[in-house]
Amino acid sequence: MFKHLISSIRHVGHGIIDSTWRLGYAARFFILVLLKSATSLRRFGLVIRELYFIGVLSLIIIVVSGLFVGMVLGLQGYETLQKFGAESAVGTLVALSLVRELGPVVAALLFASRAGSAITAEIGLMKATEQLSAMSMMAVDPVARVVAPRFWAGVISMPLLAAIFSVMGVFGGYLVTVIFIGVDEGTFWSQMQDNVDFRIDIVNGVIKSFFFGIAVAAIAVFEGFDAPPTAEGVSGATTRTVVTSSLSILGLDFILTAFMFRGIN
Amino acid sequence: MPSEDLIEIRDLSFSYNARAILKGVNMTMQRGKVIAVMGGSGSGKTTLLRLIGGTISPSAGYVKFDNQKVHELNRNALFELRRKMGMLFQFGALFTDLSVFDNVAFQIREHTDLPEAMIRDLVLMKLHAVGLRGAHQLMPAELSGGMARRVALARSIALDPMLIMYDEPFTGLDPISLSVIGSLIRRLTDALGTTAIVVTHDVQESLQIVDYVYFIADGVIAAEGTPKEVIETVKPFVHQFVHGEIDGPVPFHYPAADYHADLQLEDNFV
Repeated sequence: MFKHLISSIRHVGHGIIDSTWRLGYAARFFILVLLKSATSLRRFGLVIRELYFIGVLSLIIIVVSGLFVGMVLGLQGYETLQKFGAESAVGTLVALSLVRELGPVVAALLFASRAGSAITAEIGLMKATEQLSAMSMMAVDPVARVVAPRFWAGVISMPLLAAIFSVMGVFGGYLVTVIFIGVDEGTFWSQMQDNVDFRIDIVNGVIKSFFFGIAVAAIAVFEGFDAPPTAEGVSGATTRTVVTSSLSILGLDFILTAFMFRGIN
Repeated sequence: MPSEDLIEIRDLSFSYNARAILKGVNMTMQRGKVIAVMGGSGSGKTTLLRLIGGTISPSAGYVKFDNQKVHELNRNALFELRRKMGMLFQFGALFTDLSVFDNVAFQIREHTDLPEAMIRDLVLMKLHAVGLRGAHQLMPAELSGGMARRVALARSIALDPMLIMYDEPFTGLDPISLSVIGSLIRRLTDALGTTAIVVTHDVQESLQIVDYVYFIADGVIAAEGTPKEVIETVKPFVHQFVHGEIDGPVPFHYPAADYHADLQLEDNFV
């Protein structure tokens, strides 16, 4: 019994030490990526190429998801608001929900699943097939040539994708409430215009998605670079990217929301 | 005037954690020669290449390349030194998102400011040397194992290095591809005036093309000599390795308890 207890405590301690070590290692890697970023930002063509794979190819999932989320918000919002005779506020409800929360958060979760996992798998496979070693032997730094462009492409793509998600969401809400249900179009847009503040709502949403972009891209490139060079290792790293990114997005969202909207009526 | 030796390795030791891989290895590699490094799996051959390339540091001793101690160089100097080296990895390690042409052009584009027209000519010349000029538009996924190895070879000679390291270049190839790679290693070394280190298990193919052979066993140089000396040697380990005998200094059986005892057989039952 006593032995079992000691073993459990030792196991927990070992886990904590391992996690702390890995966090420190990830932080050092993140700093290294930032230090090596000058090369990739000077050769911006490398980032543009990754922007296509990471950002442009994620567009379809963002556009379709944004549209459906907006349509559901419009439907649910109308059903609820009409009970209080406030259906004219449905435009505000849709827009505020999207630009403050759902746009940045859902777009980031989709981005982590679609682009984050792809970045990890690609870098992990490059490691497993010795492409990173080959690059290093050719006197080309893999962190500057492979990792940094993907990181910056992720950071740049995320706010743009979140903005597109919100725009599509508002359009979806408009389709359902104005076109299908028949809410007055003027009321829909004017309510939205009156109640959505550019600085407080839109800019804060963009800031959120920028932080989510940093988190997802940093986790994705780290997990790929640190993946054991085996099929199992790459698969595990890809899973960790999605899980860690998703939890980080939700955790960061709470912290950022607490800072941004504290005290606002 | 440069020394005749391109690589000098003295008392080189390397350990992974507590496990000693190399224990005081001494080697000298002359310019313009093809040198084979042979030994069983896990004997430290690839580790030796990584020590020469400076991707890992020795626990004792040194590797001197072109009169510079590799592990004493800072990062920039090491990268500068690596521009004088080419390496062919076991399965080619081609960049899968780049075409054959772009793979060969990669290093030239990274390290020089040559105009694209000149890069094109250089790349086609390198591909022509390995017989794959006509495949320059293909992607790595469209190549056979032997072709991928040849493209990797063209890539490794892109900047006319002083040294080319071949890590198991014959693994998994059919007899024709194997002969092609072997012949290319010899011809390119002679034509470019480079030095080649070939890490391999393939005794028959490599003995036909190399000038000198080192055998590594248990972390030390077990034998060395010209191919003729190696074939005629009476040293038990080298003899077993060269002639592919299944039992000898490298035993067939993994160490185990007594066979009869393990099977719990009575003496009168045998």
